[in-house]
Amino acid sequence: MEIRVDISSCTGCSLCKNVCMYDAIEIKGKKAIINENCVFCGACIDICKFKSIEITGLSEAHKDFLQYKGVMVFIEQQSGSIADVSYELLSEGRKLADSLGCQLYGILPGHDLSLSYPEIFSYGTDRLYVIDNEIFENNLDDIYAKALVQVIHKYKPDIFLAGATGFGRTLIPKVAAIIKTGLTADCTALAIDPEKKILLQTRPTFGGNVLATIITRNSRPQMATVRPHVMEKRPVVEGKPSKEGVDGKVEYIELDVSNFKTKYKLISTEKETGQSINLTDYDVIVSGGRGMGGPDNFSLLKELADALGGVVGASRAAVDSNWISYPHQVGQTGKTVNPKIYIACGISGAIQHLAGMQTSDIIIAINKDPDATIFKVANYGIIGDLFDIIPKLIKRIKSGKNVL
Amino acid sequence: MIKIKIIVCIKQVPGTTEIKINPETNTLIREGVETVINPFDTYAIEEGVRLKERLMANPETGQEVEVIAVTMGPQQSESILREAISLGVDRAVLLSDRAFAGADTWATALTLQNAIKKFDDWRLIILGKQTLDGDTGQVGPELAQMFNIPFVGYASNIIEINRSRMIIKRLMDDRYETFEVKLPAAISVGKEINIPRVPSLRGKLKAKNEQIPVWNKDELGLDDEKIGLSGSFTQVVKIFIPKAVYEVKMITGSPDEQAAELYGKLKELNTL
Ligand SMILES: Cc1cc2nc3c(=O)[nH]c(=O)nc-3n(C[C@H](O)[C@H](O)[C@H](O)COP(=O)(O)OP(=O)(O)OC[C@H]3O[C@@H](n4cnc5c(N)ncnc54)[C@H](O)[C@@H]3O)c2cc1C
Ligand SMILES: Nc1ncnc2c1ncn2[C@@H]1O[C@H](COP(=O)(O)O)[C@@H](O)[C@H]1O
Repeated sequence: MEIRVDISSCTGCSLCKNVCMYDAIEIKGKKAIINENCVFCGACIDICKFKSIEITGLSEAHKDFLQYKGVMVFIEQQSGSIADVSYELLSEGRKLADSLGCQLYGILPGHDLSLSYPEIFSYGTDRLYVIDNEIFENNLDDIYAKALVQVIHKYKPDIFLAGATGFGRTLIPKVAAIIKTGLTADCTALAIDPEKKILLQTRPTFGGNVLATIITRNSRPQMATVRPHVMEKRPVVEGKPSKEGVDGKVEYIELDVSNFKTKYKLISTEKETGQSINLTDYDVIVSGGRGMGGPDNFSLLKELADALGGVVGASRAAVDSNWISYPHQVGQTGKTVNPKIYIACGISGAIQHLAGMQTSDIIIAINKDPDATIFKVANYGIIGDLFDIIPKLIKRIKSGKNVL
Repeated sequence: MIKIKIIVCIKQVPGTTEIKINPETNTLIREGVETVINPFDTYAIEEGVRLKERLMANPETGQEVEVIAVTMGPQQSESILREAISLGVDRAVLLSDRAFAGADTWATALTLQNAIKKFDDWRLIILGKQTLDGDTGQVGPELAQMFNIPFVGYASNIIEINRSRMIIKRLMDDRYETFEVKLPAAISVGKEINIPRVPSLRGKLKAKNEQIPVWNKDELGLDDEKIGLSGSFTQVVKIFIPKAVYEVKMITGSPDEQAAELYGKLKELNTL
């Protein structure tokens, strides 16, 4: 396998050199030369106007995957409550299943969960497989991995989706490693290639600066984890289907769990103190940075967040100053979030911060520096002192008036 | 005496700060050529060195500990191995072969596995929680699965450790979990676990003089179809720039007017 530049059509225009993130291209004598730093990411192939670059010698997938059918979604639950991202994935899975003309399956491992079934069917699930066993109680990933592997071997789905939650991101790579198939992490868009009928998995990389579309070349199922809050929850059935209406669609799987030994001994679980915070659970995030000036002022943000039904986030500068705890940090070394509304208060907009929030639907920035980078990614910007504006905003929200 | 080995997996990545987008052509412009140790991997290095110090100071374990840094990458990634040595790592190995290029997380994990297999008596593999460029966090759990050893991701504190087991705390989305696991094991770490030190003068000297062995695919006994892009299950078929940057709408006026207009916007957006 190699990457080649067609010398006759290459003009040495440097487009490829500029797009390459690995310094793998040099221009010598008006021709592009690709060196050993190349990682075959394909960015140069895409950008070249003269179609001069190609990867050759890569064996085409010849395997026959006809026995793999259907879209399967891993339904993640914690103490019986189902993660929102699972519903989002069922909605997305329905769309994919429709374009493939196949069935949508849910797989739900857990213990004593019957109450949560009906809602699963409002998103168009054709069939729900349930494995009810007490071994799932502590959410240990190696136990889950063994179970999912058996399920995948038995039902052979063509596509397998899971939420890119903390749990999903540790569990699913193990499953993929055992099955020996490809896995694409943290997808933000999924689609079916109309001709090849394969899954196109799109994900941000380089801190959200670039999107890459990835395919699973020569193995099945095509597995992907998907970021919470990216896909839309779209119920296809009005209200919750009745218990009777779904009974025929639920299948209990009996697994031989006698050899399901775990390698973990769970000693304790503590909720993060204060509010339980999983930033990605919220539609509104109100974040504060160094401009907050100190820990006490974060109560102002908390008040605003509460009024909006949201949660407080923070820049690293605020976390590093111990004004707020690390689980609140947004950014490259914190959480990646994409809420409906992100309000950045006293945050300058360093690239590492933007990496964690620039895919939010609506970004509102409040900063006293008109040149702050945060305004470059914001939909709405307010130049001013946050201590002037936020209290006034809270007042208005509380009184419900926007007339002066 | 038996030496305990701790393996630290690190990767050289392009520093993100240098990526800019040319608004006219909507293409990436890289400014400068700087590459860095993947930021999370610096915590992996530090944790490896701290564990060594801890284990050696403990009379009960009283063992000799060696910290080894491993990276798979082009020749130029040798520089991050030297940096790791300056930070206290004992020695380093570079896995480099043209045929490794284009590896997805699976092929990366497999290559790392075959390298680590060559060491005996390793008890712990430490990885960063994710890379800047790959950004998947998959290499750790996949590697652990290949060895069939426990993997604790997002570790925030190693509470207790000896030759055969450890007690370790990790941060899941909204909770901390504390586990006891047997060694060998693999963990991934982020900034919560420690504050990396700066290189010492002695370290810098050692780093300068150290011979860093390079292992290619033959040394690892890996065929072409197992490694690099050929050995990968996934393949990038397209790289592109996200939606064009939109115009920001400025909300102006007195603080009162600004607050009022923002309130109106929030109402429009249905958050109230
Ligand atoms: C490897 C690496 C990883 C990193 N990861 C992250 C990460 O995950 N998340 C992250 O956030 N950062 C991260 N950083 C740090 C990042 O580079 C910035 O240092 C940090 O985001 C700055 O935080 P800030 O915007 O709060 O502070 P500053 O940059 O100091 O900005 C403060 C802003 O507040 C404004 N301000 C001050 N007072 C007021 C007021 N009264 N009213 C209105 N505005 C006011 C100022 O104008 C200024 O723009 C990382 C850095 C590195 C090197
Ligand atoms: N090429 C590589 N060489 C050594 N370690 C790597 C390599 N790629 C990834 N890793 C390790 O795996 C972690 C997770 O990487 P990733 O799955 O790419 O996000 C990194 O933080 C490194 O510790």
